[in-house]
Parts: sequence; C-alpha cells; structure tokens
Amino acid sequence: MSAINSDVTSMNVDELQAALADGATSVDVTRAYLDRIEATDGELRAYLHVDPEAALARAAEIDAAGDKSGLAGVPVALKDVVVTEGVPTTSGSKILEGWKPPYDATVAARLKAAGTVLLGKTNMDEFAMGSSTEHSAYGVTRNPWDPERIPGGSSGGSSAAVAGGLAPWAIGTDTGGSIRQPAALTGLVGHKPTYGSVSRFGLIAFSSSLDQAGPMARTVLDAALLHEAIGGHDPLDSTSIDAPLPVLVECARRGADGDLSGLRVGVVRELGGDGHADGYEDGVLESFRAGVARLESMGAEVREVSCPAFDLALAAYYLIAPSEASSNLARFDGVRYGLRVGDDGARDLDEVMALTREQGFGAEVKRRIILGTYALSSGYYEAYYGQAQKVRTLISRDFSAAFDDVDVLVSPTTPTVAFPLGARVDDPIAMYAADLCTLPASLAGVPAISVPSGLSEGLPVGFQIMAPALADDRCYRVAAALEAALTADRGDRGFLDQLAARQGSAS
Amino acid sequence: MSTPSQKGQLSRDEVAHLAHLARLAVTDEELDLFAGQLAAVLDAVAQVGKAAVEDVTPTTHAVPMTNVVREDVARPSLPRDVVLAGAPAAEDGRFRVPRILGEEA
Repeated sequence: MSAINSDVTSMNVDELQAALADGATSVDVTRAYLDRIEATDGELRAYLHVDPEAALARAAEIDAAGDKSGLAGVPVALKDVVVTEGVPTTSGSKILEGWKPPYDATVAARLKAAGTVLLGKTNMDEFAMGSSTEHSAYGVTRNPWDPERIPGGSSGGSSAAVAGGLAPWAIGTDTGGSIRQPAALTGLVGHKPTYGSVSRFGLIAFSSSLDQAGPMARTVLDAALLHEAIGGHDPLDSTSIDAPLPVLVECARRGADGDLSGLRVGVVRELGGDGHADGYEDGVLESFRAGVARLESMGAEVREVSCPAFDLALAAYYLIAPSEASSNLARFDGVRYGLRVGDDGARDLDEVMALTREQGFGAEVKRRIILGTYALSSGYYEAYYGQAQKVRTLISRDFSAAFDDVDVLVSPTTPTVAFPLGARVDDPIAMYAADLCTLPASLAGVPAISVPSGLSEGLPVGFQIMAPALADDRCYRVAAALEAALTADRGDRGFLDQLAARQGSAS
Repeated sequence: MSTPSQKGQLSRDEVAHLAHLARLAVTDEELDLFAGQLAAVLDAVAQVGKAAVEDVTPTTHAVPMTNVVREDVARPSLPRDVVLAGAPAAEDGRFRVPRILGEEA
C-alpha cells in the first residue's frame, strides 16, 4: 500500500491499526501527526513538549521490528502529569521546569511496551488543579471547536490534542472530573476507571485517594482499547486492585449493536433534575434528555433515582482534595529535584523552601495548599476534613442503594458547554462548579464515562454513565450503544465529523 | 481586608499563618486576594456541616485495604548519578541542602 495520506489525523485508532497492518508505516503515521502539530499547535497550544526526532526514531524502530500487531506503531500523547524517563515532565508547574524524570510511570511503561510512539506531553492545569487548563504555568490551551473557549481541564491539552487531530488518542488523569469534563467539552469519549484499576505509580500525585489515569479518545472503542493497554494490577502501586480487568473492547463492540433490552438506567435527580437544575444550561439538559430517550428506544428501562448526598459532593471534594494536595505537594521543597530559589548561603532551609514554593507554584495551587492546611489543622479538622470524609461515605451509600435497583446511573457530564477563556479564572467557586456532575463518582471511586450526546449552541455536550466499582464494562457497553445510535441518526462517521465540517466551512 | 476570626471565615493574618505553616512566602497582594477568595470557598465547603453523620464512619479511601506489603526482597534502586542529575544542587555524590543551622550555632 502506498504511503498514507493526510486523512490519517482524522482516523480512529482501529482504522489506524488496519492501515498499519495493511502496510502503512509508523513513520508515515507519526509524521502526519507531527506535521499537524507543527501546523496548528502554535494556536492551540495543546502540547508542552514535542520531540519530533525522538518520535520518528521510535517509529522507525517499531517499523524495523516488523511487529504489526496490537498497538505497535500507533502514536499517543500523555498528559504532563505522567512521568516519562528522560522526557521533560512538569505537571504544568514552574517548580518542575526542566526536570527529566529518571523512570517511567507504569502507564507510560505499558504503552511503551505495547509499541506505541510517544508524540509528546500535553498541557494541563498546574498539578491537575483546575477545570479549564488556564491554571497551567505555561499558558492556556484553546478549544478546537472555538479558539476563544476553554478545552476543559485539567486534561485540556489532551482533549485539545485529540479533538484537533494532533494525536489519535491521549492519556488524561481524573481526580474530580479532569478526564470526563474536558472530553465532554471537546466532543471526545473520556473514561475515569474504577479507583485502583489503573496504576498510579509515576503519576505526580494531586489527591491520592482520588487520582486515576484513563483514556481520552475519538470513539468508545478506541477508549476501551487504550484502557485495556494501561489497566490492571501493578505491584508498584499499593492501592492497585489485584483483580483482572473486565473485558472492555469486546463490550464496546457488543454495545454498538444497540440492544439495551433489560438494562436498568437511573437518571440522577440531583444532577440536573427537577429542583436541581440551577446552573445547568437548557441546551445541555435538552441534549441529555434526548440521550436518555435514545437509550429507552434501544430497550433500556429508565427511572429517576435520588442520591441526596450528591448535593454535598462539591463541598466534600473541595475539602478532601486540597487536604491531600497540601500534604502531597510538601515534596516540592527545592531539595531533591526541580526549582530552588534564594540559596545564597545566607538564607536557611526554611526560607529557601518558602521562596522556592512562592515562585514555583501558581495562585490556584497556593490557594489549595492553604485551604488544605487549614482543613487539616487542629481545631478545624473534625468540622472540615473529618466531616467531608463522612459525607464521602454517604455518597458511596447513595451509589450502593441506587445500584441495588439500576445497572447504571446517568447525568450530564458538565452543567454547561465550554465557557469563554478568562470567564471563571479569577472566581474559584465558579470554576469549581464545572465539576458538579463528575465529583460523586470520583469520591466513591466508581467508574464513569463521558460520551458526546450532541451539540448545544454549536458546542459539544457530554453524557455521563456511571457504574458500580469494577463494572467499567457497563460504561463502555452503554456508551457504545448511545454513540452508535446517535452516529446512525446523524448519518456521519462519528461525532468529530461535525468539527471537521465546522472547520471546513470556517476556512 | 482583615476580617474577624471565626469559623467559615479567614482573616488576612490567618492566611499568612497558614502560608507560613505550608512554607509559602506569599506576597501582600496575594494575602489580600487569597483572604477574600478563601473566605468564599470556606463558605461553600462549610456545607458539609449540614449532613447528618451520626454513626457514619469516615471514608479515607474508596478501596478498603490494609497493610499492603511486598515480598522482603532487595531490589536495585535508581543509580545515584541519575537521581542527582535532577537535583538543584549536588556535592560529593549527595544532595546539597541549604543552610540548616543559624550563625550562632
């Protein structure tokens, strides 16, 4: 087969695999993405680090090895929170500028072992703290659907890269919604796995009891493929669950057949339902309801479910996550790696540490460290952190009770479509509200996927499907059914065809 | 900008104290900004107090696990020079730290 044409950057990964098996080279595929990055990333700023020579050398190595199976030769982008041996890793922070990690995260190592080609490291809110990627120390990333709007966050570099055709898929991390929310706002599929089912070894820690890495992709099938490549037990992560990963790719394929008869779907009242619609855009709720109706048309039994404790998820999350962050970020002390400021021989360790952290951290990180320090301090611990942990238990109980009666829970992924750059960056409370729908699954550790349900005002809307712990396969099955049905309704090849059409008409 | 110290609010002085505890040398402008913003955030998160939590045990972790141990087998660690290559300052094969004792010590 002749060399692959420029359409390669609009291919799904299963199509890329077919092209590679059919004779296309990884070098050609990789070069197509590098060309696209060169042409468009000046505006999008999805990547913090791209090394074209290294990527092409790696692709050539895969080609020379002659392995045409699995993910061999397929390019991938990693969020910059994933440490990569010898490749600059900053977590979006100045405090790690120039640092080259001495080892690979398990997620990175597994993708490397599978023969993937690393295209680069993607932009993110500093230490994954944010919902817009505007808190990156290295500038904002733009949304390919509208460059004046945010790509979501904190995995906004990954979402912009995949939606913009600058990577076929990418790894994100999700602490309170940082995979699902950016996926929703850019028309992608994003899945937060069951807590403990994907290794955290080598992810720069933000909130250790919540952080999970997962796939961001053009389709449900691609997401399942990437999830299978990174998931499963890892002895290097002591919170890793020692159980086999459910079969995901096969579930995504079967789900696309569109038969949901017997599936019990619960619509969560507290996430956009009656009496709980404040802050939700009408267009988002309309798209969501149409998605629910589409599930029903495929045979699902739909009922409303109430999870009262979800109303307190935002408050609990913004105590638990900053508390854990204030502890995790103590490691950035200017001693072993990263920045050191003011070490002039006159200043002592404490002063150097304080100056290093002052200059190395951005405003949102400082706010959360201070908030977490407060919530953990004696006299306030019980009222804030302790109480938040009990609310976390109540949220888990609401999930358990709901899953006694239904197989999956659904909600919008975000209350609004992508908002304009700058709209919320100085208002922490407004920024935090972007995570309203994604926080409960994070706090309970259950899996949740976002799949596009349509457009509102020309911008993508995400549909969230939550399942019990370790039942990630249900998320993929239902998401694949909805994706296939909506694609058939539109009569196109996939959701991102609408972005291509929009860009085609704009140019 | 100084507010009285009571639960749910943070005074400028309290923010300065917390910043010191967290080893952050915040500027005056940051203190003004953060005190207002953090007071608003605290108001929002104080909602957790509304929950009825008698007899509710706290969740520290979504997956209950205790004492995860590995086999007691020595494994190679990262080479010293590789680790020190990432340090802000190294000397004689060790991390060089800033001064830890006062002049009089």
